[in-house]
Amino acid sequence: MPLSQYILIAVVKIAIALFVLLTACAYVVLAERKLIARMQNRWGPTRVGPFGFLQPLADGLKFILKEDLIPSHVYKPLYIAAPMLSLTLALTAIAVIPIGQSVTIGNANIPLQITDVNIALLIILGLTSVGVYGIALAGWASNSKYSLLGSLRASAQMISYELALGLSLIGVLIGAGSFSLREIVNSQAGWHWNLWYRGQFVAFFVYLMAAFAETNRVPFDLPEAETELVAGYHTEYSAMKFAMFFVAEYANMFTVACLATLLFLGGWDGPVFGPAWLMVVLPVLWFVLKVILFIFVYIWIRGTLPRFRYDQLMAFGWKFLLPLALANILITSLVIGLTA
Amino acid sequence: MHLGLFIAFAVICVAGAISLVAQRHPINSALSLIVVMGSLAVLYLLLGAEFVAAIQLIVYAGAIMVLFVFVIMLLNAGAEERTRGSRVAMALGVPGLIVVAGVLMYTLAGHTAAGQDQLAIGATYGPPVAIGRSLFREFLLPFEVTSILILIAIMGAVLLARYHAAPAPETRAIDPDEAGDLLQLAGTHGSAAGARERRRAEHRMREREVTR
Amino acid sequence: MTVPLSYYLVLSAILFSLGVLAFVVKRNIITVFMSIELMLNAVNLSFVSFAAHWHRLSGQIFVFFVMVVAAAEAAVGLAIIIAVFRTRETLNIDRVNLLKL
Repeated sequence: MPLSQYILIAVVKIAIALFVLLTACAYVVLAERKLIARMQNRWGPTRVGPFGFLQPLADGLKFILKEDLIPSHVYKPLYIAAPMLSLTLALTAIAVIPIGQSVTIGNANIPLQITDVNIALLIILGLTSVGVYGIALAGWASNSKYSLLGSLRASAQMISYELALGLSLIGVLIGAGSFSLREIVNSQAGWHWNLWYRGQFVAFFVYLMAAFAETNRVPFDLPEAETELVAGYHTEYSAMKFAMFFVAEYANMFTVACLATLLFLGGWDGPVFGPAWLMVVLPVLWFVLKVILFIFVYIWIRGTLPRFRYDQLMAFGWKFLLPLALANILITSLVIGLTA
Repeated sequence: MHLGLFIAFAVICVAGAISLVAQRHPINSALSLIVVMGSLAVLYLLLGAEFVAAIQLIVYAGAIMVLFVFVIMLLNAGAEERTRGSRVAMALGVPGLIVVAGVLMYTLAGHTAAGQDQLAIGATYGPPVAIGRSLFREFLLPFEVTSILILIAIMGAVLLARYHAAPAPETRAIDPDEAGDLLQLAGTHGSAAGARERRRAEHRMREREVTR
Repeated sequence: MTVPLSYYLVLSAILFSLGVLAFVVKRNIITVFMSIELMLNAVNLSFVSFAAHWHRLSGQIFVFFVMVVAAAEAAVGLAIIIAVFRTRETLNIDRVNLLKL
């Protein structure tokens, strides 16, 4: 493949992935508002468009048109850089996530993934661990006590749960023997999903909890607890800068959901039949459905559970999830070592 | 391609390191160091060490530097002050740096320039599987020893950073004639325990004054 | 186009010298500590480039160990810094001039 064609394909893939991801973020916000409203016996947004379907558009316009305030007491360079850092890192992670096998257009065989690297999982872990800076610096640069408290909580929480998150993946890695997400999915082909086939349901549970904490979602949303910290690290942010944090949070949710699907639920594995074009579309459909299922669980839990107290959060991470993840590694490697 | 990427990221690296020295505020220095580490990760990728590159990002940029930034935020460290010591250090340090760097570069460039074989882009010498195998076979003992080192470091960090509580918790009953005194001290705190705590704090303060 | 080994070593030397400079010049104890990390990083770069040059993995393994030691050192060092700050209420190394807390 000539270099120009290679670059063209890459750019097109990046554009499509970004467009889909951002639109999906906007509509997940709407879905969240609708579902939470249903759970609380309300209607949710109904005014803009049929059933409120144009609400994300209105919200987006509002964010763009609002005045972009920069409070006078902030440390300006970092105050401006922090939301950008947050958003950039959140969106970059999508680059290594595969959503299906490959399609053939003309004479080019194009994998449904922006780039296939053999350390994809490590790259995602690296990006999430660097993502702490966006939140930490936002809180510090805002020069406000609520923001600082929020960001201190966020950094401590994300560092603590990263351990459990990373360790919960080891069981899967031992089974697949590769860091490449595509190979991990291929190792689960034919309903041999890691969730049950290699007995990784404990790891899945740990991953789910740690992922909730990593994305600062209920019940681990202490960094932005609106009732005690007036929204935590983004108290001083408005308009587009706030929107960047907002989109970053939802993009992180998608990354985490995609990763869970790829690692535990067999990725795009599912019944495939019909003509050639359906053979390409169906796996992608299964993948998207699994991701949507995850997002629904996120929203469901937000509508159900109250927030942890801070000491409970730390105790849960260090004294429960971490030992559980370690025990899972031990048992998985014992089983694999004895049966292999 | 390889040379271009090398030069680009080497320049970013050196710029970050210079910024680490030049910045007055520790958080800016920390961010400069993160930039250096990020571009070093790219250089590791160029050298075909993909696992090391990922670990560099996760461990150095994602864990160690987060700890630094966290401590800077926690202690609310302000911009550093210029003292006589720092001026003397600057006056001696910069020429010293140039000499040290010059000698190092002369030695290194002089000895390795003679027709060594070269690195090609995209080649990998450090796949994770090979690293893991080597780590758990040849280097098993050092690996286990480092795990003990980490354990010691964890315990040391906890011991050092913990608040040193007052010598021993007092369990005796309150003297009747001391009680009035205590209640007076308690003031808005309203509880005898709070008053005792405050008294202890005052005592500690006085002690510190003496040691100064 | 390939890059000779000496380029990487020279870069490593520059970074190391800048780390030494920062170590000598900076007065903030946290920044001094960061300059040690910079020196360790510079050394790691030369380890990795030697590993790539001789096609041996042990250089990369050594980087792994250096990182572990750096992590342990950062944890203990920052704990000491917190303890010092708590009693002295300063981060300036010129003011921390007694061999006790």
